Amino acid sequence: MALVSLRNVSKVYPPASKGAPSVTAIDSVSLDVEAGDIYGIIGYSGAGKSTLVRLVNALEHSTSGEIIVDGQNIAVLPERDLRKVRLGIGMIFQQFNLLGSRTVARNVAYPLEVAGRPKHERAARVAELLDFVGLSDKAGSFPDQLSGGQKQRVGIARALATQPSILLADEATSALDPETTHEVLALLKRVNAEFGITIIVITHEMDVIQTIATKVAVMDQGRVIERGPVFDVFSNPQAAASARFVSTVVKGIPSPAELAVLRERHTGRIVTLAFRDSAVDQKAVFGEFSRAGVAFEVVYGGINEIQGRPFGHLTLALTGADPVIDQVLAHIRTLTTVTEVR
Amino acid sequence: MDALIDLLPELWTATYETLYIVAMTLFFGGLGGLLVGLGLYLTRAGSILENKPLFFVLNLLVNFIRPIPFIIFLAAAQPLARAVTGSGIGNNAIIFTIALAASFAMARIVEQNLLTVTPGVIDAARSVGAGPIRIIFTVLLPEALGPLILGYTFIFVALVDMSAVAGYVGGGGLGNFALLYGYRQFNPIVTWAAVLLIIVLVQFVQFFGNYLARKALRR
Ligand SMILES: Nc1ncnc2c1ncn2[C@@H]1O[C@H](COP(=O)(O)OP(=O)(O)OP(=O)(O)O)[C@@H](O)[C@H]1O
Ligand SMILES: [Mg+2]
Repeated sequence: MALVSLRNVSKVYPPASKGAPSVTAIDSVSLDVEAGDIYGIIGYSGAGKSTLVRLVNALEHSTSGEIIVDGQNIAVLPERDLRKVRLGIGMIFQQFNLLGSRTVARNVAYPLEVAGRPKHERAARVAELLDFVGLSDKAGSFPDQLSGGQKQRVGIARALATQPSILLADEATSALDPETTHEVLALLKRVNAEFGITIIVITHEMDVIQTIATKVAVMDQGRVIERGPVFDVFSNPQAAASARFVSTVVKGIPSPAELAVLRERHTGRIVTLAFRDSAVDQKAVFGEFSRAGVAFEVVYGGINEIQGRPFGHLTLALTGADPVIDQVLAHIRTLTTVTEVR
Repeated sequence: MDALIDLLPELWTATYETLYIVAMTLFFGGLGGLLVGLGLYLTRAGSILENKPLFFVLNLLVNFIRPIPFIIFLAAAQPLARAVTGSGIGNNAIIFTIALAASFAMARIVEQNLLTVTPGVIDAARSVGAGPIRIIFTVLLPEALGPLILGYTFIFVALVDMSAVAGYVGGGGLGNFALLYGYRQFNPIVTWAAVLLIIVLVQFVQFFGNYLARKALRR
């Protein structure tokens, strides 16, 4: 049984003013997040990512459908019971949302106060958490004395205080520079690996998904249009929106502009071959060309690695008689995906 | 000048009365303003205790009472003051009326200061399971403390201002003193002595309020 399971969940916001249309932010979404996953949710602005993740800890209430967290349908729970559920779900935010009136240590202690833990226990836990995020020396500082990356680390420590089994991260690195982003992502990876905490990461940046996620769902207009292991979606995206996201990080497929340039330089036929994992035998593929006497030139390409598994694309300009090329391509199609770019 | 020296005991009594009226109204009006302001903030659309009808009523009440000039409000609220304090005149009646007017004036200031708290911080508190009461005391009030102190400092001046007309309904204080012994006796020195005391009082409180707000904001 999945740790978080959304079944046919919809969220409709009532019209902002009389006569305005209501907004369907989430449109019958079903999604399973297994314990231990780092599940990435990607989509353009307004796709419904934040709304989706806020349904999981009931900061927002669904209009219909079931939201099953750890075996319990929280969509039907009254507010009082939801507060207990929320103790088991940590959340971090794009703007960090630390309490400016409290020191770092007291920010981290906040969830423990809410949970009613005794004072000595709180102090010990806070020290442990600050050590984990590497901010022991900042315990007495106030949030406005910290850098963005440090603030987010405090946010992470706070979210972990009550030892939740789920961590929700809504654009947790979007306000950070690339360097700091990678530090925070590395920390989230440790959270997942060391404590086995399931993480749901919302982002509009594909490299966040590439860096930490194990699975990914692509959202568009309130719907999940594609989902699966990150490697599959990256190496072989099905939906057009997924392909656009993938192309922002996956190098190897020429853009239309680059294709036009290639066209000018090469008069022959141009094909793109996909190489996924070690499943495709490159020697066999190139052997086909030589055997048939079709000359080829690599004109564009790139190899990527997702979770240690390589995949890539090579674009070739071919020279030879058309019927021969057709025959070779037919053979190669049995080995891997071939896209002819005209 | 001699007249002023003769009037010194009355001047001290008046100063004491002003301090007393202002302190009492700051307490009751401040508390009322805090409650009504919190009510406005919490019941508005999208807030944690969203309640459209209640917000509508509170909002209407504040908009309705706030613009009434105090001297007119004093007369209009007299029956109510009599019902609550037992008398329509005297210091208790004026304290009641000022506190009532100040509650509504302060409510807006409180509401506006609370609105400066980023909604995300409230989300963060909700996400760890905090309920509304806890959010008020551990998030809203502490996060808005600096501006709130400045708001209360601001309302203090308005209270001194309102207390000056206490004389009209048989109350005391520096306003009454200036009117009675200065203006009516054609003795500007006496009037100016009262003015000076009020300026000193206001400056002192303003300074103290700024100091506290700075401490709260750690600047
Ligand atoms: N409180 C609200 N009231 C009304 N409509 C809302 C509310 N919150 C979100 N929406 C609408 O729901 C849709 C999804 O919003 P959401 O914030 O979930 O998108 P998102 O994918 O997180 O976008 P972004 O990347 O910009 O954060 C949008 O059309 C938005 O206007
Ligand atoms: Mg969002």
